[in-house]
Amino acid sequence: MTFVKPAFRHPGMPKNKIGFRKSDYEGAISTLCAGCGHDSISGAIIQACYEMGVEPHKIAKLSGIGCSSKTPTYFLGNSHGFNSVHGRMPSIATGANLANRDLIYLGVSGDGDTASIGLGQFCHVLRRNLNMVYIVMNNGCYGLTKGQDSATADFGSISKAGSVNPFQPIDLVGLSLELGATFVARSFSGDKKQLVPLIKAAMSHPGFALLDILSPCVTFNNNAGSTKSYDYVREHIEATSTLDFVPEQEEITVEYEEGSSSSVVLHDGSVIQLQKLSPYWDPTNRDSAVNCIQQAKSKGEILTGLLYIDPKSQDLHHILETTEKPLNQLREEELCPGSAALDIINASLR
Amino acid sequence: MMSTSVVNDMVIRFANVNGTGSASANEMFAKAIFRMGIPVSPKNIFPSNIQGLPTWYEVRVSEQAYLGRRDGVDLLVGVNPQSYAKDIASIKEGGYFVYDSTKKLHPDYIREGVHYVGIPMMQMCMENYDNPRHQQLFKNIVYVGALAALLDIEIEVLQDIIRGQFRKKEKLIPPNFKALDLGYQYARTHFECPLEIRLERRDNTGDQIMIDGNSATGLGAIYAGATVAAWYPITPSTSVVKAFETYAKKLRVEEASGRKKYAIVQAEDELSAMGMVIGATWNGARAFTATSGPGVSLMSEFIGLAYFAEIPVVLVNVQRGGPSTGMPTRTQQSDIISSAYASHGDTKHVLLFPSSPAECFEMTADAFDLADRFQTPVILMSDLDLGMNSHMSPPLKWDDKRKYDLGKVLSAEDLEKIEKYGRYLDVDRDGICYRTIPGTHPTKGSFFTRGTSRDEYARYTEEGAVYERIVDRLIKKWETVKSYVPAPELYQDHQQNERGLLFFGTSTYAALEAMALLRQKGIVLDALRIKAFPFNATVEEFLASHTEVFIIEQNRDKQFRSLLINELETDPKKLVSVLNYDGMPITADTIIQQIMKQLPATAPVMNTNHKSKTL
Ligand SMILES: Cc1ncc(C[n+]2csc(CCOP(=O)(O)OP(=O)(O)O)c2C)c(N)n1
Ligand code: SF4
Repeated sequence: MTFVKPAFRHPGMPKNKIGFRKSDYEGAISTLCAGCGHDSISGAIIQACYEMGVEPHKIAKLSGIGCSSKTPTYFLGNSHGFNSVHGRMPSIATGANLANRDLIYLGVSGDGDTASIGLGQFCHVLRRNLNMVYIVMNNGCYGLTKGQDSATADFGSISKAGSVNPFQPIDLVGLSLELGATFVARSFSGDKKQLVPLIKAAMSHPGFALLDILSPCVTFNNNAGSTKSYDYVREHIEATSTLDFVPEQEEITVEYEEGSSSSVVLHDGSVIQLQKLSPYWDPTNRDSAVNCIQQAKSKGEILTGLLYIDPKSQDLHHILETTEKPLNQLREEELCPGSAALDIINASLR
Repeated sequence: MMSTSVVNDMVIRFANVNGTGSASANEMFAKAIFRMGIPVSPKNIFPSNIQGLPTWYEVRVSEQAYLGRRDGVDLLVGVNPQSYAKDIASIKEGGYFVYDSTKKLHPDYIREGVHYVGIPMMQMCMENYDNPRHQQLFKNIVYVGALAALLDIEIEVLQDIIRGQFRKKEKLIPPNFKALDLGYQYARTHFECPLEIRLERRDNTGDQIMIDGNSATGLGAIYAGATVAAWYPITPSTSVVKAFETYAKKLRVEEASGRKKYAIVQAEDELSAMGMVIGATWNGARAFTATSGPGVSLMSEFIGLAYFAEIPVVLVNVQRGGPSTGMPTRTQQSDIISSAYASHGDTKHVLLFPSSPAECFEMTADAFDLADRFQTPVILMSDLDLGMNSHMSPPLKWDDKRKYDLGKVLSAEDLEKIEKYGRYLDVDRDGICYRTIPGTHPTKGSFFTRGTSRDEYARYTEEGAVYERIVDRLIKKWETVKSYVPAPELYQDHQQNERGLLFFGTSTYAALEAMALLRQKGIVLDALRIKAFPFNATVEEFLASHTEVFIIEQNRDKQFRSLLINELETDPKKLVSVLNYDGMPITADTIIQQIMKQLPATAPVMNTNHKSKTL
C-alpha cells in the first residue's frame, strides 16, 4: 500500500465483476511505520477482496490491539470495523458471526495479541471452527509497546532491551494443526503473489482459516542478535535521540517459484529462508503437514503456502444447528412466544 | 391440645446429605403446602461441594405471606448424623426433631425441650425395596409421608404432585405412593397426629406461581428476543442460561427445518462470554450473559469497552458471597459498587434490582430494551437467594402489544436520506446517537468501533476537547436513562412519617415483614424500594424529606449507601445502615433489632395502613 494516497483516481480504472474499483476496497491512509510488513498485508487484502468481487459492506473486519490490529482502518473503508481489546478479537468475531452468518469475517491480529494475551481465545475460536479468516501479522515482537519479545520470538534472539529470549517460540501453525484447524497457511508479507490467493482461499473456506503471515517490524526488531534485527534503525534513533523516529523504508517483496526456497534479506541485513510448498503438495493430509513443518524447522527454513485444508469442514452454525436466516434478522414475531404460551407456563408452575 | 396449636406459621428444616436425592422430596413438601393455598417460602442452604456433605432445605410457612427467612426452626427433619449436633441446637424450644430411628439415637443428642419423633425410615425402605439406590431415594419420600401425618398435609395433594412428576415414567408412581404411605401410616400409628404445629387449607396464594428467579430470568430473555447467549458456568448463575436453553428448545425451534432460532455458546471463560455478547449485539442481535461476582471482575475490561463504544449489553449478575471466591453458595448483595462502576476510567452502568421472579422476568425484558435504547451495558442484579430458590410470585406477564425497543438503528432507507452519517453525532440532542448494523448499506453507514477516543464520525482522535465532548455526552445520555428505568416503589401513608426505610432486591421480603411488625410496636416508617440505578428524582426527594433513612443491604461495606452518597446530593449523616452479610438471606428480626437500637425510647405511633404505589 502506498504511503500517500492520490486524491485523484482515473475514471477509467478497471472494475471487478460486481462493478467495484480497487479504490472501493481501500481504507484510510496508514499511520504505521513506512515499510512495515503489515501495510503489505493490507495491500494484499485489498487486492484479494477486489479480485474476489465481494461487496465491501458484506465484510466485517475485526481486530484486537497492536500495530497489526490498527490495519483494518487502512483497508475496506466501506466495511464495518471493530478494534476491540487486546487479545479478545476472537470472542467478538464469534458473537458477530453468530448474529449474522451471512457476512465474511476478517480478523486481524498480531503475534502478541494472538500468541500471548489472546492465546486462549485463539485456541477456542479455532476449536469451534468459526467461519472466519484469521490473519496473524507475525513480527515476533510487540510493535505498539515498542519492541518487547512476543511469544513467537525465536529462542535465543535478543530483544531491544538486550535480553536473550530463553523461551521456545509458539508456532501458531503447528499449534493450529494440533488443535484440529480446518485451514492453515503460512506466508510472508512481501510475497503478494502467494498471499493474495491464500487470502482468497481463506475467505472461501467454510470454517476457521488461519493465515500466519511473517511481517517484519522495521522499527523494533532493531537489535543486533535478533533474528529480525535492524541495526540501521537503531543508529538513526540514537542520532536523533527521538525514540519514535522511524526511517522510511521500502516494503520488502519477494517472488519465487513454488517448490523452491528463497532467501529474503530483511531491513537489517538478516536473512530468512522461505520454502514454498511444491505444486504436488497434498494439502488435505494433516500428518504430512505436521511432518513437513518439523522438517523445515530443523533445516532452519520456514515453510510457506497452504499447509492444510479440510475439504469437509463444517462451521459453528452447522454444529449449533442455527437457522439459515441470520439470527439478527429474526423479527419479534418469530422470537417472542406471546402471552398465550406464557399462560401455559404459568399454569405449569402452580 | 388443638386449642394451643399453631396453624400455618412455622419453619421446617430438612438436614440432608448432598447427593442423596432429597431435593425433589423437599420440593414436593413445599409445593404441597403451596397447593393447599398457604403461602410458603423454601430455601436451599447448601455447601460449596458436590457430594457427601451436609445440605439443608428450609421452608417457611406463613399465613400472612411473610416470605423472608425467619430464624428458629419449629420442626427439623434430620437424616444426616454428621450434622445432628448443630441441627438439634437450631430447634426452637418446644420444637420437634424428626429423625431416622433405624439406628438408636446417641444419648448426647437428647436435648430438653425438644420433642423427638423417631421413624425407622431406612429399615422400612430395606424391608420394602431391594435396590439400594431405591432404598436411599424412597427414604426421602417416607419422611414426606410422615410429615403429611404430623402436620396435616393433604395426602391427595402429595399424590397429585407425584403423578405430575412421573407423568412420563408411570412405573415409578406406585413405589412412590407406597413410600408416602409407609411414612404416613407409621406416624399415624406411633404419634399423636397432627402435632401442635399444623397446616390447614387456605385460599391465600391466589393465582401465584412458584418459580426460581433464574428460571424466570432465562424465560425473560426468551420473551425479550435474545438469540445469542454466551456464558461460563458459575454458581449461582448457571441455571439462568440453562433455563434459557430449556425454554428455547420448546419455544424457539423452526418447525419446518428443526433449526434453532438461537445460539448458545459455553465460552472458555467470562472474558470470552462477554466478548461474544458484544460481538453479537454490535451485529444487531439481542444477546446476554449470566455470571456472578468473579465473572463480573473478568468481564470488566469488556464492559468498559461496551460503555465507551456504546454497544448494548445485557448481563445478569446473580450475586453470591464475596470477596474473591468468598462463599460461593451463599447469598449477598455485595457487587453493587463493582457492577455500577465496572471497568477502568469513568464508567457507570445501569443496574436493575429485581425482588421476585416476576420482576426477574419483567426486568430482564426491560434490560434488553434499555440496553438497546441507550446503547450501553445493563446489569440485572439478582442474587443467590432470588436466583436459586423457588419463590411464590405473581404470574409472569407479557403484554402482546409490547414492541421491542431496538433504539436508534438506521436502516438502508434511513441511510439513503442522510448526507453524512456520523456514528457519535448527537442528532436528537438527548445524548443517544444512531447506530448502524454491519451489512446494512453498500456505501453508507459503515464506521469503526473502537475503545479508543474518537470523534463524532468514529475517527480516532486524542484531542482533549473532542474527548470531553464525547464523555460529556455519555453523561447526558445517563441523565436521560433516569426517566426510563423502573421507578421506585413508595410505601407511605397518606401523610408522611419522619423516618424512612430504603431497600432493594431480595431484602424486600424481610423488609416488608419488619415494617409490619414494627408497626405493631407503634413504629411506622415510610419506605422506598429502589428498582434501578441511576436513581431518579424520587430517591433524592425521599432522602431529603426524612430526618433519618435506614438503608437495608446485604454486604459489609454499605455499598448501596456509598452509591447514594456518591451519586446524590444528600447528607451522609442521616443514612443509617441496616446490614447483614453472613451469607444467609436477611431476616425481619435482624432489621428490627438494628432499627430499634437506633430509635429513641419513645417512638411515635401511627395507625394508618400502608399503601404501596409505584412512582
Ligand atoms: C489488557 C492490555 N494489556 C496491555 C496492553 C498494551 N499493548 C498494546 S499493543 C500490545 C502488543 C501488541 O503486539 P502485537 O499483537 O504483536 O502487535 P504488533 O504491534 O507487533 O503488530 C500491548 C502489550 C493493552 N492494550 N491491553
Ligand atoms: S512499530 Fe513495527 S509493527 Fe508497528 S508499525 Fe512500526 S514497523 Fe510496523
